[in-house]
Amino acid sequence: MNQIWQMLGDNSSFLLNGVLTTVGLTILGFVGALVIGTIVAVFRVSPITPLRVLGTVYVEFFRNVPLLTLLILIVFGLPDIGLLIPLFWCGVLGLVLAGSAFICETVRSGINTISVGQSEAARALGMSFSTQLRLIILPQAFRTMVQPLVNNFIGILIGSSLAAAVGVSDITNVTQQLNIRYAEAVVLFLLSGAVYLVFALGAGGVGSWLERLVSKSRIGSAR
Amino acid sequence: MAADTATRVLFDEPGPRGRTRILISTVVAGVLVVLLVAGAVYQFYVHGQLVAYKWQFFTYSAIIQRLLVDGIGNTFLATAVAAVVAFPLGLALALGRLSKQPVLSKVSTAWIEFFRSMPMILVVYAFLLALPRFGLVLPVFWMLVVPMILVSSASTAEVFRAGIKAVDKGQWEAAQSLGMGPGLVLTQIVLPQAFRIVLPNLLTGLVSLLKDSTLGYIVSYGELMQQGKELVAYYHYMIQTYLVIALIYVVINWLLTRLASWLQVRMGTRRVAAGPIVVDLEPAQ
Repeated sequence: MNQIWQMLGDNSSFLLNGVLTTVGLTILGFVGALVIGTIVAVFRVSPITPLRVLGTVYVEFFRNVPLLTLLILIVFGLPDIGLLIPLFWCGVLGLVLAGSAFICETVRSGINTISVGQSEAARALGMSFSTQLRLIILPQAFRTMVQPLVNNFIGILIGSSLAAAVGVSDITNVTQQLNIRYAEAVVLFLLSGAVYLVFALGAGGVGSWLERLVSKSRIGSAR
Repeated sequence: MAADTATRVLFDEPGPRGRTRILISTVVAGVLVVLLVAGAVYQFYVHGQLVAYKWQFFTYSAIIQRLLVDGIGNTFLATAVAAVVAFPLGLALALGRLSKQPVLSKVSTAWIEFFRSMPMILVVYAFLLALPRFGLVLPVFWMLVVPMILVSSASTAEVFRAGIKAVDKGQWEAAQSLGMGPGLVLTQIVLPQAFRIVLPNLLTGLVSLLKDSTLGYIVSYGELMQQGKELVAYYHYMIQTYLVIALIYVVINWLLTRLASWLQVRMGTRRVAAGPIVVDLEPAQ
């Protein structure tokens, strides 16, 4: 038992770095995916055919390609065509590409739930496309999107562990390296498992809080 | 244009001026997309990745055999075996979670929540590195498939649970009032309906299982990804090999997702037609 505490103590900064890398991958991946996913969703439903086609191809490709394949393609494939990206950002890029394809579908079905009258009214008031999107459509769409977005977030969190397979020093990778040195597999895997469990449960908690928050605001605005 | 509601929500019906604007944007966007593709191709070209022999490689029968027969064959085998075990296990876990027996319900819930937030790669590492220390050494195939089963059982359980809960309460009550016991209600009335509801989601589950099988790359089980790794080790055509493999996965998974959405549409119409209560309340179809 003492040995285990010793090991954890000696490597606390290494472990902390791993946790921070996982957090960084997940948050950057999610935020990037949210931005790109929303843009692609607008592309997919726009009346401009090339953008629709581009959006559809993008979503179908990145939704259906396994994340590990994508990460390996980015890390080992892109240098072949002269694109050398730092390893951590390779991980972020993979998560953004894959995550945005899923978030695009979340956003699209969120927008689908809004009645046409809402945007017709907004247009009748002379709102521009971006004002309309910002003030009328996205806030309402967001209500039905909270739960799916939490699932997307957890998907990206869990997906970030695959970056370990291509050498990014996230918590999965760190515990695996420590295991090679100390052969304390059980403790180490339980430890990194706990990290994911805590973050996933935390995200779920934030999700239900957000859901309560937006449903409250709906009652407020109905008056 | 057969429009999504989203299209009509975001974009007004175009008038004459709008139509010209759309036309102009279409041309501009088209040019930009072409430029994007051309840029990518150029990037391949200047780094010498378009040379014919690097791509002709994939027309050799030995390579085709390796990727399409051995690789995909093993991928399908791992996916199928995992699904055959994980889906019934998921159903059992869902029933366990829904059961009124507290211990059973707690254990099932814990299992589901644990494996739902556990990355599969950690489970794979546990099987690869932790369990051998307790003398449990599985063959490579099971090192991949057992983690697939564990992770998939949890997500499938949630799919089944949602499906069972989606069956109308009246169905339970009606069956009970006919004197059916709980087991009979479940197997004769609820599960057949729930199964129909969840069928598209099960196909989605199959897609994620197929994606998870890429971790064969880590345990060195000869599925498609591992075949790619071996080809790259011998021939060093990195980007070509992994691009081809990515496309193979995309095509397979795309077909499965298409099948799922086709089923969803088909099942959707059937269910309304088959539900007499729904028809009673809303006679106008």
